[in-house]
Amino acid sequence: MMALLVKIERKEIGIVFILLALLSLIGGVFFGSLSALQFIIPGFMNDFPFFKSRPLHVSLVVSWIFLSAIGGIYYYLPRYCKLPLFSNKLPRFHFWIFLFTGIVILGCYIIGKFGGRKYWEFPPILAVPIVISWILFGFNYFKTVARKVGEWPVYLWMWGTGILFFLFTFCESYLWIFPYFRDNIVRDITVQWKAYGALVGSWNMLVYGTVIFLMERIKGDESIARSRLSFLMYFLGLTNLLFGWAHHIYVVPTNPFIRNFAYFISMTELIILGRIIWNWKSSLTAAKKDFYLIPYKFIVASDFWILANLILALTISVPAINIFTHGTHITVAHAMGSTIGINTMILLASSVFLIADISKHEYSLTEKKIITGGFWVLNIFLTIFFLALLFAGAEKGMLIVEDKLNFQEIMQHISPYLTLFTLAGLGIFVGILLIAIPSIKTINKYLLQ
Amino acid sequence: MSLISKRVVFGALAFSFFMYSYFVYTTGTAIDKGENLMNEASKKGKLVFQKYNCIACHQIYGLGGYMGPDITNVISENGKGAIYAKAFLTSGTKRMPNLHLSEDEINELLAYLTYIDKTGISPVKRFKINYDGTVSEN
Ligand code: HEC
Ligand code: HEM
Repeated sequence: MMALLVKIERKEIGIVFILLALLSLIGGVFFGSLSALQFIIPGFMNDFPFFKSRPLHVSLVVSWIFLSAIGGIYYYLPRYCKLPLFSNKLPRFHFWIFLFTGIVILGCYIIGKFGGRKYWEFPPILAVPIVISWILFGFNYFKTVARKVGEWPVYLWMWGTGILFFLFTFCESYLWIFPYFRDNIVRDITVQWKAYGALVGSWNMLVYGTVIFLMERIKGDESIARSRLSFLMYFLGLTNLLFGWAHHIYVVPTNPFIRNFAYFISMTELIILGRIIWNWKSSLTAAKKDFYLIPYKFIVASDFWILANLILALTISVPAINIFTHGTHITVAHAMGSTIGINTMILLASSVFLIADISKHEYSLTEKKIITGGFWVLNIFLTIFFLALLFAGAEKGMLIVEDKLNFQEIMQHISPYLTLFTLAGLGIFVGILLIAIPSIKTINKYLLQ
Repeated sequence: MSLISKRVVFGALAFSFFMYSYFVYTTGTAIDKGENLMNEASKKGKLVFQKYNCIACHQIYGLGGYMGPDITNVISENGKGAIYAKAFLTSGTKRMPNLHLSEDEINELLAYLTYIDKTGISPVKRFKINYDGTVSEN
């Protein structure tokens, strides 16, 4: 196994990250399905309870997002941006540190050793190697792009921004280790969500940068990443990343300014919404032309999910609506709707593009058919999944505010929706397998040649 | 957009972000209605709460996992309270696992929950919706 890994590691590092990313995705969705089954069958897998399966699910799918975005960046810079990496050694260190820390973290969850908080429930000391590996990545990135002559396309800005702000917010999310922060719960939760809001924004910068890069490649149109409008959108996105996070914590008794300011900032996303709708018709005509390309299919799907999730996000950012939806499955719909519908679709597009690009082993016709099948399965079940969570959340929200039923009764009321959610989740699992397995096989053929 | 203007906009945003962070760390979160209940036991309780990953199933202020109920106000809710909560922590139920907590851990958790209870209300059930889409508590 070790020998195999060492052999693999000598190959193009970007693809090695993608391989690990796809494995992480499969594992993550497996534990997601397990968590969901525990929702609807009390006592299911008592030896492996929800408080272990949930963090395994979330950490693995978040790793998928990071690993595949990073793999893409390492691959695209030298091949497509005429920017050979400053160092070819550092990415390998990055990979090994990430892999070993990852294995230790999974081990901690499995034996029930926690101590951290949501997203990073592992013992806090394990954050240290993650920060180190990230600094290696950032150092290499900035040294590499500094050589670029001429103007940077917007995706180089976005990747750089994502790297910088991830580092800051990841460290910020550990401020709780100081009693000054953790001994006041208002401060504790506010700083936690300030960090997480911006952290999700940072990984979105990596992901959106990737999709703009891909569009530029597929269309062969360089202006996409250089226009004035694309930079205005980037700055608007950045503003929301930095200042919009408090819509997660309207109910926490902070200084009212924090809440009102976030409400105002969040509403500026209406401009982004407007622009998408404005462009909808022309992008739809264009979509028809290139839809046969597999990566493009995923991008078109992500466009659709951006629209759906943006409408939802804007709606629940209005405090008067948030008061009903906060703390219900609508929040879960928002979290998974965007991490699956937007991030995963884009990163699958990127992974499929990259795999076909690197290997002379293009996907075979059968593999293409299987992946296309997986694409439809994934999207159809995601729609059901998303709607089931919305209905479950809406019902729970109304019941809580009306204050008629207790917790058990509410859960009983929404259990049909949760069952539907779980079944649809299993469908998503199948869709992901149909896409990931042929991809892993193709990578293997390349790595072992 | 010229390079200079991009740099200026980026710099201004980053600068405002750091200023705003300072505000959030200090004045923005200075009010803590439960301050006098944050004693040695509740301080430890906070860490016990993280050690057993209670938040995977429960919410505080609506944030967390959704397998179990929001426990922000379990100490003061009608018909509930410290003794009620203690029963769950001691033996679990069909849905909540028995975590085999020690007596000290249970008391520390209860102290922490008592502290949280005083800091605010969640879920908010009595409120007034304003014309601009904001909410005031009643
Ligand atoms: C695997 C999920 C899970 C974990 C982990 C968990 N709980 Fe629970 N808890 C529940 C469920 C579900 C209920 C509702 C009881 C029921 O329906 O049987 C509950 C009920 C409670 C209640 C009573 C709440 C009420 O309003 O009725 C308290 C208090 C509580 N848990 C505290 C804790 C604390 C503190 C921890 C961490 C040490 C914890 N729980 C860990 C699932 C969990
Ligand atoms: C690519 C696929 C997926 C991604 C990226 C993803 C992402 C996430 C994220 C980020 C959360 C945390 C939400 C939060 O803390 O607010 C979450 C929670 C969860 N996910 Fe997924 N998910 C995926 C697939 C699935 C599937 C297929 C299932 C199976 C039905 C599933 C079941 C769950 C459950 C049960 C929770 C916990 C919800 C709760 O606490 O009540 N997920 N997921």
